[in-house]
Amino acid sequence: MEPILFLAHTEADGTLAKGALEALNAAIALGGPLTVGLVGAAVEPAARQIAGCGAARILAVEGEAFAQPRYATDAAAAEALCRAAGASLVLAPQTSRWARAIPGAAARLNGRADTHATAIAVADGAPAVTRWFYRQRMEALLTRSDRPWFVLLESGCAAAWSGAPGEASVERIEASAASRTTVSGVRAPQSGEQTIRPDAKLLFVAGAGWTKKQPDGAAHAGVAEQLILGFLRASQASLGGSKSLVDLSGEGQSVLTCMTHLNQIGQTGATPRHPKGLSTCCHGEEPHVVGWRFITERRAVNLDPNCGWARGKADVVYVADAFEVMRHVNRLLTR
Amino acid sequence: MSFHIVVCGTLVPDPLQTLEPVTGQGQPALKNEMMLPAVLDPWAAHALYEAASLAGKTPGSKVWLVSLGPKAKLQQVMMTVAQKAPFELVALDGPASGFADSFETAAALAEAIGGIAGLDRSRMLLFGGWESASRGSGTTLQAIGERLGIGEQFLGVDRLTVQPDGKLEILERIEGGRHQISLLDAPPAVLGWATGELGEPRNNPQVGMVNMRTVMPALQKAKPTPLKGAGLTYQSVALPRQVRETRVVKDMPAEEIAREIVAWVTQD
Repeated sequence: MEPILFLAHTEADGTLAKGALEALNAAIALGGPLTVGLVGAAVEPAARQIAGCGAARILAVEGEAFAQPRYATDAAAAEALCRAAGASLVLAPQTSRWARAIPGAAARLNGRADTHATAIAVADGAPAVTRWFYRQRMEALLTRSDRPWFVLLESGCAAAWSGAPGEASVERIEASAASRTTVSGVRAPQSGEQTIRPDAKLLFVAGAGWTKKQPDGAAHAGVAEQLILGFLRASQASLGGSKSLVDLSGEGQSVLTCMTHLNQIGQTGATPRHPKGLSTCCHGEEPHVVGWRFITERRAVNLDPNCGWARGKADVVYVADAFEVMRHVNRLLTR
Repeated sequence: MSFHIVVCGTLVPDPLQTLEPVTGQGQPALKNEMMLPAVLDPWAAHALYEAASLAGKTPGSKVWLVSLGPKAKLQQVMMTVAQKAPFELVALDGPASGFADSFETAAALAEAIGGIAGLDRSRMLLFGGWESASRGSGTTLQAIGERLGIGEQFLGVDRLTVQPDGKLEILERIEGGRHQISLLDAPPAVLGWATGELGEPRNNPQVGMVNMRTVMPALQKAKPTPLKGAGLTYQSVALPRQVRETRVVKDMPAEEIAREIVAWVTQD
């Protein structure tokens, strides 16, 4: 197996996030000689955290300029680490930071980059990557002869590496810190309430049915919003929305103010990974249902048992009024 | 301040179409690909609308749309897209497949952009979708930027604001539904757009007529751009076949359903 570079950026506390540890485990499983490359303001905590991973070398690009995500500095760091490691295969976690910078580093090294990989394994002595095409509608297994080959692995696709922390010897590598961009901060979701939680155990999917006329002949978007937010607070679930519901919000109609395009899942939205998913008032067929694709256990509350979100896609569908069901659910959760 | 905005974007099958891969000799493709109705890639379309909006607010700005796709399909798509926003088309006649190599695509697009007459690179903003609805890799724009020597790049952009001092404030999507706020001193820069904040413009036949004066000649002289895909091998491409045995629960009181859901949600 060819030499592998595991590339990771540190979090604010200097350690590696779960997604990075998953990518590390996947890199180790490939069986080639392993080098670790770290990027961050101070990488010692991360180096100690993975000291026992069996890497032959731990390289680092370190300094305040590399504390914040920024294309110019991150691409320079990734390029310098790859050159120093001499690796032909580079594995890194799929984060917004690496998604921005890694393709540029690959271009500088005349290499290639594949993102959103869901698996990487060795077949006939060469690495092969699994990823989805056409918005998660078909899955392909591909190999490349171009090197270096950068692969970004999605979170939740491998077990996280775990091991005892220890002392680690870190080799510092120089990289350009020149940039015309200043990162000034991070803005929280506009709704004022955090509704997207990538690490949540449950994804709650709200469909356009929440905004439709109810048996009394009127729509009750305000009530729907309170029920949904109440459930999110009580369960700490992450909120996803169907395209039709999000589009209604974008059109300025009086619907769910907690719902933005960032919540959208499916064809032109995200395909998040959570162990469980509960869809309510969703309707439609493929391709909207691709938002479900990486949810392990799925249940649905719907008035139509034959809806495409439910039949054949969910493990259980409750044929019932979601307003009524969720009112009882919230009461039970907060009791 | 004015900008020269180059938008990269191509066509994808209409999202509502059923897609099926076919594999034979060479790269995989979609079954009946040339027959499928096509649209401008959704995120590239957002980039185009943002470009047109920015150009409209900064006199002296200009928008180019650089598109690599089968000429006949591009012509169909342009009939609609040309009515949305003013732009000048630069067309390349080649595959728009999701299975094409993004770095090869980037090389072709960078060469086409480098050949645009009158493009002032010092005030250039390179726009595109942060991912496509076909390959969905989000790697093409960065590779184009590198080939054009643009070292300031942004991905998942939802807002670009020109400050009174000419600096650009950019909001990029990051994890957890948050946005990272960056300040760029000046162009050139690459911006891979997410949905942005603009709705789809209404069709404007007058804009369409003006655009079509340049669209048709651009299509006629579209350079043949075959992508070889050397070095990229697909071992398999398949649709997921998993169908779940769904338990349909009818006539159960709402309170009992709630109890079952709560037990399931709270179970480890």
